[in-house]
Amino acid sequence: MTLPTFSPHDDPGPDFAGLVRRVGLAPEPPAGALSADLLPPHGTTVVAVRYADGVVMAGDRRATSGNLISHRTIEKVFPADRYSGVAIAGAAGPAVEMVTLFQLQLEHYEKVEGQHLSLEGKANQLSQMVRSHLPAAMQGLAVVPLFAGYDLHRGTGRLFQYDVTGGRYEEQDFASSGSGMLHAGTVVKLGFRRELERGDVVDLALKALWTAADEDSATGGPDARRGIWPVIATISADGYQRVGDEEMATRFAALLEADREVRGATGAGGSI
Amino acid sequence: MGMPFYVAPEQVMKDRADYARKGIARGRSLIAAICADGILLCAENPSATLRKISEIYDRIAFAGVGRYNEFDQLRVAGVRHADLKGYSYSREDVDARSLANAYAQSLGQVFTHEMKPLEVEILVAEVAEPGGRDQLFHILYDGTVIDEPARAVLGGDAEAIAGRFEETHSTDATVAEALAAAVTALAGPDRTLGAAEVEAAVLDRGNGRRSFRRLTDEEISAAVGSADTSSGDGAGASGRSGDGDDAPGPEAAGAPADDVPDDEGPAPS
Repeated sequence: MTLPTFSPHDDPGPDFAGLVRRVGLAPEPPAGALSADLLPPHGTTVVAVRYADGVVMAGDRRATSGNLISHRTIEKVFPADRYSGVAIAGAAGPAVEMVTLFQLQLEHYEKVEGQHLSLEGKANQLSQMVRSHLPAAMQGLAVVPLFAGYDLHRGTGRLFQYDVTGGRYEEQDFASSGSGMLHAGTVVKLGFRRELERGDVVDLALKALWTAADEDSATGGPDARRGIWPVIATISADGYQRVGDEEMATRFAALLEADREVRGATGAGGSI
Repeated sequence: MGMPFYVAPEQVMKDRADYARKGIARGRSLIAAICADGILLCAENPSATLRKISEIYDRIAFAGVGRYNEFDQLRVAGVRHADLKGYSYSREDVDARSLANAYAQSLGQVFTHEMKPLEVEILVAEVAEPGGRDQLFHILYDGTVIDEPARAVLGGDAEAIAGRFEETHSTDATVAEALAAAVTALAGPDRTLGAAEVEAAVLDRGNGRRSFRRLTDEEISAAVGSADTSSGDGAGASGRSGDGDDAPGPEAAGAPADDVPDDEGPAPS
């Protein structure tokens, strides 16, 4: 591999996606519509909620191909860099590829320029990536991410939703995406308060995913038998931190207990 | 019709080498040292914003002396080389040796085929995975690669500085000890270096995936302070040729490099 050097007027600068295109490594969008027999795994419910110290992002672990569960441990929430995260819903393959490229884009920029992109800059970069993915989305491989992070300039958490055309919408308090987004979003909406503390907001996100899993067949619930828990991460001034499996197990047990109390001894009616 | 102008190839190469060496000697020198906690990179650099030392990849750092615009172009090319390789293969396939060879090819090509050789000397350092061996590749303006076992000194005054540094440096030293020794060696017996004139970073074994970490002003001040008290053991007079001006710029507080959580990123199966 020789050194990738460019003349000054032809230089891609700190743009890694541009560099990847320049050297011919960018994946081509599919030429025609996907056949109905070719069902790629889809990822489903993700939510992001603002809290006192920043934002929390959460995603269930199920990927489905039509009516089949194609993966039980897929991850849909990733660190984008130290102070931001990205969560994905949609066609799993292109979504994971987009996240990889986005992570590399941010790191590449940081190394070439010697400083971080602003949170706004990161959100715009993702917007451009979703937009450039539009041809593939038209063929049935849509990717709809959520982006959230801690804005070091403003000292606060911020979150962004996207549509398939790359439209970028900043949300004040919470956002959700994927097939279970309606149920998860409603739970968050009902439980949301300004200045939620870390423990409360992690519980709220867990409850939102659980409810979505209860109503939406494409969303996976916590799987205590296999020890598979949703991915929940907090992003604050301390950076991106994933909630550990032990804490998830404890919080889920408490949630079950509360649910049992609500339902009473008969187990009929009621809900969390 | 005039006689064709003839210059012997030996003379052409000698002239180019002299030209490159002169350019490099105008700059200030740099030390890389393997120590217990990782690999220390330390340069004399009055600018707080134009850097001689930078991150290339998870375990790889770059350092350059000579003309700033020339080694900075090489630095960016190195980041691209590493990021593209990691993207198309895997992060663990990115290594310093391959990068050093690519640099050597590029420098050698320019040295023999271009009008003007690059007036730079660069270093590619890689901190080892547990159980592995640290690597320091010192690459000269003509593409010569030197694999240094424990320490490397780059720049016009390299011989004198290396002589001084060898006496005080041990690979068992902590980063702070190595930094103090490096600053003393860079300064020489006749002068002292202030913290503002020193740029330092470390490829830290305990820093997670991205091992590169810039040392803060406080860490440098502490080491420079201890270097002041221990100075005077230098051997040989400083033979600096010209006063370096390879990285001018305003003084400003340099932000430490942020580390990133030790993630593997998404791993498509």
